[in-house]
Amino acid sequence: MSNETSATTTRRGKAPAGERVADWADGRLGIYSLAKANMRKIFPDHWSFMLGEICLYSFIIIILTGVYLTLFFHPSMAEVVYHGSYVPMHGVRMTQAFESTLNISFDVRGGLLIRQIHHWAALVFLAGMMVHMMRVFFTGAFRKPREVNWLFGFLLFVLGMFTGFTGYSLPDDLLSGTGVRFIEGVILAIPLVGSYLQMFIFGGEFPGHDIIPRFFTVHVLLLPGIMLGLLVAHLILVFYHKHTQFPGAGKTNNNVVGMPLLPVYMAKAGGFFFLVFGFIAVIAAVATINPVWAIGPYRPDQVSTGAQPDWYMGFAEGLVRVMPGWEWDIWGHTINFGVLIPIVIFPLVLVAIAVYPFIESWITGDKREHHLLDRPRNAPTRTGFGVAWLTAYFVMLIGGGNDLWATHFHLSINVISWFVRIAFFVGPVLAFIVTKRICLGLQRRDKDKVLHGRESGIIKRLPHGEFVEIHEPLNQEQLHTLTQHHQPEPMEIGPTVDENGVERKVPRSQKLRAKLSQGYYGEDNVIPKPTAEEYKEITSGHGHH
Amino acid sequence: MSETGRHEDVPEETLPSERETAHAGAVQVADDPFADPGLPAHEHRVQDIDEKAARRSERTVAFLFLLSMLATVGFIAAYVIFPIDKIVYIWPFGHVSALNFSLGLTLGVALFCIGAGAVHWARTLMSDEEVADDRHPIEAAPEVKAKVLEDFAQGAKESGFARRKLIRNTMFGALALVPLSSVVLLRDLGPLPEKKLRGSGWKKGIRLVNQSTNLPLRPEDIAVGSLTFAKPEGLEESDEEFNQRIAKDALMLVRIQPQNIKDKQELAWSHEGIVAYSKICTHVGCPISLYEQQTHHVLCPCHQSTFDLADGGRVIFGPAGHALPQLHITVKDGYLEAVSDFAEPVGPSFWERG
Repeated sequence: MSNETSATTTRRGKAPAGERVADWADGRLGIYSLAKANMRKIFPDHWSFMLGEICLYSFIIIILTGVYLTLFFHPSMAEVVYHGSYVPMHGVRMTQAFESTLNISFDVRGGLLIRQIHHWAALVFLAGMMVHMMRVFFTGAFRKPREVNWLFGFLLFVLGMFTGFTGYSLPDDLLSGTGVRFIEGVILAIPLVGSYLQMFIFGGEFPGHDIIPRFFTVHVLLLPGIMLGLLVAHLILVFYHKHTQFPGAGKTNNNVVGMPLLPVYMAKAGGFFFLVFGFIAVIAAVATINPVWAIGPYRPDQVSTGAQPDWYMGFAEGLVRVMPGWEWDIWGHTINFGVLIPIVIFPLVLVAIAVYPFIESWITGDKREHHLLDRPRNAPTRTGFGVAWLTAYFVMLIGGGNDLWATHFHLSINVISWFVRIAFFVGPVLAFIVTKRICLGLQRRDKDKVLHGRESGIIKRLPHGEFVEIHEPLNQEQLHTLTQHHQPEPMEIGPTVDENGVERKVPRSQKLRAKLSQGYYGEDNVIPKPTAEEYKEITSGHGHH
Repeated sequence: MSETGRHEDVPEETLPSERETAHAGAVQVADDPFADPGLPAHEHRVQDIDEKAARRSERTVAFLFLLSMLATVGFIAAYVIFPIDKIVYIWPFGHVSALNFSLGLTLGVALFCIGAGAVHWARTLMSDEEVADDRHPIEAAPEVKAKVLEDFAQGAKESGFARRKLIRNTMFGALALVPLSSVVLLRDLGPLPEKKLRGSGWKKGIRLVNQSTNLPLRPEDIAVGSLTFAKPEGLEESDEEFNQRIAKDALMLVRIQPQNIKDKQELAWSHEGIVAYSKICTHVGCPISLYEQQTHHVLCPCHQSTFDLADGGRVIFGPAGHALPQLHITVKDGYLEAVSDFAEPVGPSFWERG
């Protein structure tokens, strides 16, 4: 066989240049085997699968623009008196970090544009990760074998938040400096080691001269380095697992239906990068972000009203704002619960969503691989939990902007704070109950549709005067889509006394597990999908209903 | 099962996943009305059957790419033409930098058109036939797993890791200790806290200087209802450590009718109703800057902690955990001055604050 192939090659004469380059690379890198597996790899299509792409592309945009910004930015807290081209700031004392940010904005042609693209892309990146994560959550795409990739994604989200925070702190303007002061207060609130950590991180008392250069290293090297590694791992796993797909005709757990990487996905995904980049460039052209020149340099004794962090820090900000000011003095030591509790709740809430895949698989005892996505309605408990989590998150975003809510809607700040305090606990419970109801209602509707067909909107008058609406039966494809999901039965502990009358000890964890399993698959938490018998009985006998 | 103490203590077959597979066969009725009809037949697009439409698509894609080229030329032109400080009015964006606006728009169009062209090309001209690929389980086949375990056992055995405990334990010891050097190296990141967080720059006899006029304050400078910010005399903006010092020394002064001062110590530490409080919020250190004359409340704009300056700086709302520290002041030679440093540390609380 191989002889024959080489014979044809020789007959053809010298191979084309591209092929020769590829041959060279294959001899050293083995690219042909790699390409064989991946060049025509199938990717399923759905608009929501673009959310992850938005994250990837905005990350690339951030790296590109960030490298440009480092060419002009001076991460130094040495003080200078400003004499640059922005006249209103003449004679103002500021750090070199702030001065160079002004220079980027007013003296480097296109510098302002790149700064704004960088910042807008960061907001899009974080928002994209959040929405992408929700897509993965609500469709159950995190299930085996993708739990590890879910964690990689989660880490990217968390690291993204801190990269964003250290990034917007770098200009050393009045707003970001206030954010850094906030961090100092948070560090001081850590029991036992707080003041030591504060001294070590800031290189002395606040603000000192070290924090901006240190944040710079963290922002441009440490965090992006880790994120790049995680991102590559995330993508490798996406390729390795192959993408999930929504259920539908011809789509099973053992196949992947879509279009090949070359050419369709190459063109669509590659094109999408340019769409995202172009979109962000236009936003950066028309919408100012973080106008540090209007805010001024940081001074620890000055502040502006309406100070807000970037949106992804709003959740933590809300926790800190609405927490009651509890502070204990015990044996000469101060524990500042007013700050400590929020900074403990913050990671706990995040971790709750991160470990969810493992909790769900433990409860349900599900050890199968899942490549077909769930429709959110078919997993009411999971969907309810996700909406509850989002509710807590958005309630705290309201808390984080309580001053803006107060001034824009003429509300009392005290009332808003109390609303947030209560809603943080009550809101998620209500959201859970309501969401689950809605899911079950949608399941009922699916069942109706399968058994009785689609409402056609055509009203028919029967000979005896009765009006009925004509229902059109669904086609095979829709019938399959609406009934393909599994409805596992809940775990049962079984009889605790065996046939010989010997009692079997059931550990408490198993009882809890059985109970939770009821919460997922129990009678009240699932609408049994129509069976073939039901369907046949209804469709065979008497026409429309 | 229970007597061997199996990890689950629940028969595996009662778990949903196991029962699922057990039932799987039964569910499949021969004439299942819900059976998967398989991939729907490919529907041709107009471009697949009409060469004219295909050529139209081709022209659209080419036009988008061409537009991108023009936009890039426009980008370079804008870079050359517009001076960096030119401000123009563009509805509805208002007064914007001509350079930023034109560079952003041309770059945006140049990039967007490449993307739009590529996507249009993919959607209209490349094959849109869906194909199915097989998936393979991620888990390795049992024989692969067996081979790996065998290899590992072989390797572990050859290393003598399990048998030569001395090597194993000393290696663990060495590996556990070696990161200590990196921890030690971090020591010089900063000084030890010692008493640094306790005292401020205020001392007996230091005059209060108005932040906005840079002149020493006299009692008559402070009117009822006004809010005055002060710093210690001798602290200048040009000082190397100005930010560090002002982060602790910043003061706010208000004048309250002495009969309205509810706190006894506050009255004793005031002068003719003039009270001096630390401007640094006890929550996380924001400077407090909003004063309500009628109630003598001050509000921190960062997290809305509210303090009552007529009642010892007590917290009346918000997340702050303790009252604002008051500076004991008096008058000497007609000027306000400090009697001593703050009695307690200013700013956010910390473990050693006590």
